[in-house]
Amino acid sequence: MTVHIPAPLRPYAGKEAALEIPAATVGEALARLVERHPDLRRHLYGEGGKLRSFVNVYLNDEDIRYLQKEATPVKEGDALSIVPSIAGGR
Amino acid sequence: MAKPAAIPLPPEPTLSNEEILRYSRHLIMPEVGMEGQLRLKAARVLCVGAGGLGSPVSLYLAAAGVGTLGLVDFDVVDFTNLQRQIIHSTADVGRKKLDSAVEKLRGVNPHVDLRTFETRLNSENALRIVRDFDIVVDGTDNFPTRYLVNDACVLAGKLNVYGSIFRFDGQVSVFAAKDGPCYRCLYPEPPPPGLVPSCAEGGVLGILPGLVGVMQATETVKLILGRGEPLVGRLILVDALGMRFQELRIRKNPECPICGPRPTITGLVDYDAFCGVRGEEAPGETGRVPEIQVEELKRKLDAREDVFVLDVRERHEVAICGLGGHLIPLGELPKRAHELDSSRDIVVYCHLGVRSAKAVAFLRQAGFRKVRSLAGGVRAWADRIDGSMPKY
Repeated sequence: MTVHIPAPLRPYAGKEAALEIPAATVGEALARLVERHPDLRRHLYGEGGKLRSFVNVYLNDEDIRYLQKEATPVKEGDALSIVPSIAGGR
Repeated sequence: MAKPAAIPLPPEPTLSNEEILRYSRHLIMPEVGMEGQLRLKAARVLCVGAGGLGSPVSLYLAAAGVGTLGLVDFDVVDFTNLQRQIIHSTADVGRKKLDSAVEKLRGVNPHVDLRTFETRLNSENALRIVRDFDIVVDGTDNFPTRYLVNDACVLAGKLNVYGSIFRFDGQVSVFAAKDGPCYRCLYPEPPPPGLVPSCAEGGVLGILPGLVGVMQATETVKLILGRGEPLVGRLILVDALGMRFQELRIRKNPECPICGPRPTITGLVDYDAFCGVRGEEAPGETGRVPEIQVEELKRKLDAREDVFVLDVRERHEVAICGLGGHLIPLGELPKRAHELDSSRDIVVYCHLGVRSAKAVAFLRQAGFRKVRSLAGGVRAWADRIDGSMPKY
């Protein structure tokens, strides 16, 4: 599946905007992502290994919190988007 | 998703002949027409922030004929604003943003009733200011104010037209519509301070607030007219580099602490505390790491004391100005810390002192003891030591 990395996190992901990661679930894709780019870990996971609440993860256009969270199964061609909150405006 | 109600028409609405001519390109479209134009005239829209997003939002809403436009800002125009805040001109540098904005907006459309609030929106004044408007357009630049605007809109029953930007990325949505989600449904909690850089630290493409602000203005006009499909329950992600627009669903969170069925937040709170900052633009972890002032560094360098100067900015910033020294961009520090000698006095600097504070925190954890962060960064050096150094 394709994992889209947002601009604020690209410096921690080898400057890549999207990565192709084979995985069976959302959690597996994210685990492989932070394996490949360990600097991303602290930006995605808080203490206790839980996904941070200001980083949303979408499978295609749906928030995984309303699917089966990290256990959500994925298939070839799915897109996973990491969407952190940003606040700029001035 | 129910479409939010359009703005109700005033009892005896009229347009002057001059206004009819001015709005003729609206009036000949059936989707707007005389009724829509009168709705625009009756509408009261509050722009929070007269900066990057507030510039296109207020200019287009004034041009479109929104009858009452409120502006909240406390800032003064500076040179770094001009790259994107198109409502302000070079000659306005040093003026209050509100004065500059009001002059431009009056020039665009003298029929608009402009109401200015020269203040920082806060928990004491937000509900009182928001009360007299129908729609709030959020053009602020920090997490505490984002949550404040959201909560004030939910509590007061106002629509919140949200836009935010960072570098090449933007987000747009409409929050706090009846039965629609709010900002807290999307992001229940803010990031800890310092983790997400501000535009002042991270930069922003000058055109991006134009793109995102115009999307906010478009949504505002649609909400007033009651036309089309508003961005309620949808988040648009703007990727200007790829020029891709992605649409994501935002669900109303049944556990939302403010707009859910069992709210635990029933009034405005302390948003700086909620976001873990002491004030706007709080410089992350600064203050918790040892610092050195620019005057002391100057004295040490002049006296040729043994000081190792470490620049943790990005390579492209070195081309702007700097104090020389060894360059290791903050992101590379974990892998390159071995290049440093922990027995020497190390002074770490960056642009404003935020990244250098993070670098010092990291190095101290890694066992460095004689390492300090240059308070205020090269900006403080330019302000207090070397007036010929460019500021950015």
